[in-house]
Amino acid sequence: MIRFDKVNKWYGPQLKVLNEVTAEVKKGEVVVVCGPSGSGKTTLIRTINRLEPIDSGSITVNGTDAHSSKNNVNTLRRDIGFVFQQFNLFPHMSVLNNITLAPRKLRGMSRAAAEEKARELLDRVGLADKAEAYPAQLSGGQSQRVAIARSLAMDPPIILFDEPTSALDPEMVGEVLAVMKGLATTGITMMCVTHEMGFARDVADRVWFLDKGNLLEDAKPDEFFSNPTHPRAQRFLADLRH
Amino acid sequence: MLEIVQNNWTLLLVGQYPAGPLGGIVATLLLAIAGLALAFPFAILLAVARLSPYRWVNWPATAVVNIVRGMPFLMVIFWSYFALPILIGRPLSGFWTLVGALVLYESAYLAEIIRAGIQALPRGQEEAARSLGFGYFRTLTFVILPQALYNSLPALIGQFVSLIKETSLGYVISVNEFTYAASQLNSQLLVRPVEVFSILAITYFIVCFALTQSARWVEQRIARTRQGKSSGMQIQTNPLATEPMP
Repeated sequence: MIRFDKVNKWYGPQLKVLNEVTAEVKKGEVVVVCGPSGSGKTTLIRTINRLEPIDSGSITVNGTDAHSSKNNVNTLRRDIGFVFQQFNLFPHMSVLNNITLAPRKLRGMSRAAAEEKARELLDRVGLADKAEAYPAQLSGGQSQRVAIARSLAMDPPIILFDEPTSALDPEMVGEVLAVMKGLATTGITMMCVTHEMGFARDVADRVWFLDKGNLLEDAKPDEFFSNPTHPRAQRFLADLRH
Repeated sequence: MLEIVQNNWTLLLVGQYPAGPLGGIVATLLLAIAGLALAFPFAILLAVARLSPYRWVNWPATAVVNIVRGMPFLMVIFWSYFALPILIGRPLSGFWTLVGALVLYESAYLAEIIRAGIQALPRGQEEAARSLGFGYFRTLTFVILPQALYNSLPALIGQFVSLIKETSLGYVISVNEFTYAASQLNSQLLVRPVEVFSILAITYFIVCFALTQSARWVEQRIARTRQGKSSGMQIQTNPLATEPMP
């Protein structure tokens, strides 16, 4: 579903953030990307929908080359949901309009149909009563759940999460993770940058470990947590247990 | 003062109309509305062009903004008085000459306000819209501009107020507007200049003050909707920013 092939990316001439990353996410798989800060996790996930350009290599999403200038980037992005650390809800629109904007304007869905779908999605993330609210009235956890509903409104086969719980108060992490766990069982292809190792252990099909732009581990969660092969990954996990 | 208004209210209101050209406060308001209606879309275009990554788009826009902002408005009026008829190849009424000058001058200032409003938005807003699959222009229309314009409303209103006041400079090219009517009245009455020009000042003040107050009311209404309709609490807006720009 998503294939990285020898992906390289530099920030300036000195700093290489992605180094020969080659890996694949299969259809329906849940992949958790972890690693120390500055390891290139966020950059990696942002290259998939071309929010970040790459310098060499290729990324194939659903059979199309994501970084080829021949392919329309907007069409590509319609099929890739993206959830940000900072939610990025549109503050000038109600929750309902946040969710229906893309289906109405990009898929030509009628307002009634889009709103019906939006209410279903809100129900799934447990916020059916917040349809008329504005983002300023929501807590962090509620905002992030609305953001998830918004990215699902386009029915993407793939959804990407960039540290979805890192900006949340600890007590709100659980509600967002619960929604993500529910989502993982629906067969959607999911890729998630996170520091929530519990989530990785319970939900992930594979765990990727990144350090200084190198993909050091690509393993099943049991193997990764009990028996990491690379010394850097061993150190990372040891530090987490403190 | 009141009896001056009572005896000459048609002159102050509409100038010599219908016997002569339309003037007075009505002409001033028409000038301001026409100037505003044309300057605002131009300003948005200029602001967006200035933020364009393409040099052949942003360079000319930057040049226009910087040149115009480095000129006194009186000079822009003279320039459009003499140059506009040559440029468009036919004579132009004083009204439209002044509107041309206002649009050129004000769109440069408004553009800088709008540009600041766009740049002050978190980058995530654009990224979120682009990630959903919106292109550049749709991202601008649905997500960026509504927020940027709302956030810069206080500064925009200040600039609108200064636009209204700048119409009075049309006096130097004998445009029939409110200041012109007042000076006509003054030369008729001869001995009461303080009263006549006080009427002028008070009326300008009322018009401009009404505009800032109604803008503030609109602003608070929007803010209240976004904070939840139930809370009747007053939302504090930034009081400093309603001061008009030079």
